[in-house]
Amino acid sequence: MATTEEIRAGLAELVNEVTGIDADDVQLDKSFTEDLDVDSLSMVEVVVAAEEKFGVTIPDDEVKNLKTVGDAVGYIEKQQS
Amino acid sequence: MTNPSTAIKAPDTLRHTAVLGIGSYRPSRVIPNAELVAAIDSSDEWIQQRSGIIERRWCAEDETVQSMSVSSARDALTYAGIDAAQVDCVVVATVSHMLQTPAIATAIAHELGTDKAAAFDISAACAGFCHGVAMASDFIRSGTAKYALVIGVERLSDITDPDDRGSAFIFADGAGAVVIGPSDVPGIGPVVWGSDGEHYDHIRQREDWRDVVASHSPRMPHLTMKGNEVFRWATYEMAKVARETLDRSGVTVDDLDVFVPHQANMRIVDAMARALKLPPHVAIARDIAYQGNTSAASIPLALNAMVESGEAKPGDTALLIAFGAGLAYAAQVITVP
Repeated sequence: MATTEEIRAGLAELVNEVTGIDADDVQLDKSFTEDLDVDSLSMVEVVVAAEEKFGVTIPDDEVKNLKTVGDAVGYIEKQQS
Repeated sequence: MTNPSTAIKAPDTLRHTAVLGIGSYRPSRVIPNAELVAAIDSSDEWIQQRSGIIERRWCAEDETVQSMSVSSARDALTYAGIDAAQVDCVVVATVSHMLQTPAIATAIAHELGTDKAAAFDISAACAGFCHGVAMASDFIRSGTAKYALVIGVERLSDITDPDDRGSAFIFADGAGAVVIGPSDVPGIGPVVWGSDGEHYDHIRQREDWRDVVASHSPRMPHLTMKGNEVFRWATYEMAKVARETLDRSGVTVDDLDVFVPHQANMRIVDAMARALKLPPHVAIARDIAYQGNTSAASIPLALNAMVESGEAKPGDTALLIAFGAGLAYAAQVITVP
């Protein structure tokens, strides 16, 4: 099982690949849109990459509930357990 | 099957086919983002970031679905060195010919000067052009036709909602045409096509015509689209279709010279190219920046621009992939004429 920190770091790497945002800025309390300026289309790319990387399914309807990095990490952890 | 009472004669040989010529028509009105932003409380920067569109082409009053089709088809015939009288099939892919019947293809075939060519419209939205290429190629392959014109044409400005934040800046007008005919070697690979009707609502005409008529303040029905859902499907599901298309044609990404996806959104073009891991030598169509999304017309418009600029050369191997409302998709590998 991946730890919360491992998932955060993995997700940060994906955010960096898609948007160029520094992976160190991708912390649990950060909002994707407000703090990191990830737009909705980049968010879709991150989500699809995360599905592949973590072996989970994140439906379109769920994506809008993932407001912060912590929300996304929590969702992936729940799916993996 | 039951034994026929009389033997029916039918052709029993197959021919190779190729795209022999290409032409396109860009409408005269250049519409920069600045002209659209007030109605949708947006900005040039926002539109460019979300779509890569800098400006788009819209029709003037006298630039019609028919006139654009005829103009692009004449150029394609000249390119191919084929006379209109030799064309025996005209396939027009469009969703924005506002007269529901008859098909605009018959008027186009007549104005071009074909000799009673079979002519009909197909409705597969943004995927229409590649559907038409597949059908025309198989008609020629099986002897149903000798030379076919496939035209993708749209006047989406007529059915674009200027107040819809998600789509007002996307759609545009234009036409593109190809001539398809027999060839000594295969110039058009097998089509990979299909539909995903579960997502019938993702891109659609918002209002049924009957509801428009019943309304107290009737206005033209408009296109509407679920942008994020379409982006996900187009980028990732279509990358799989693109790979399958290359496999079916026995072409690797390294063999590819030109990639012409439907010009839906620059972000889709970019994400798809990344998903396919296209090598740097592959020229990627990015016509959308100055043309907008012209649905069925986008692929021939984009490919012709690349031919004219020298980015795509005769003999190059190109992957065409079209996808859109339905959801419907079609893709094939062709040799650039």
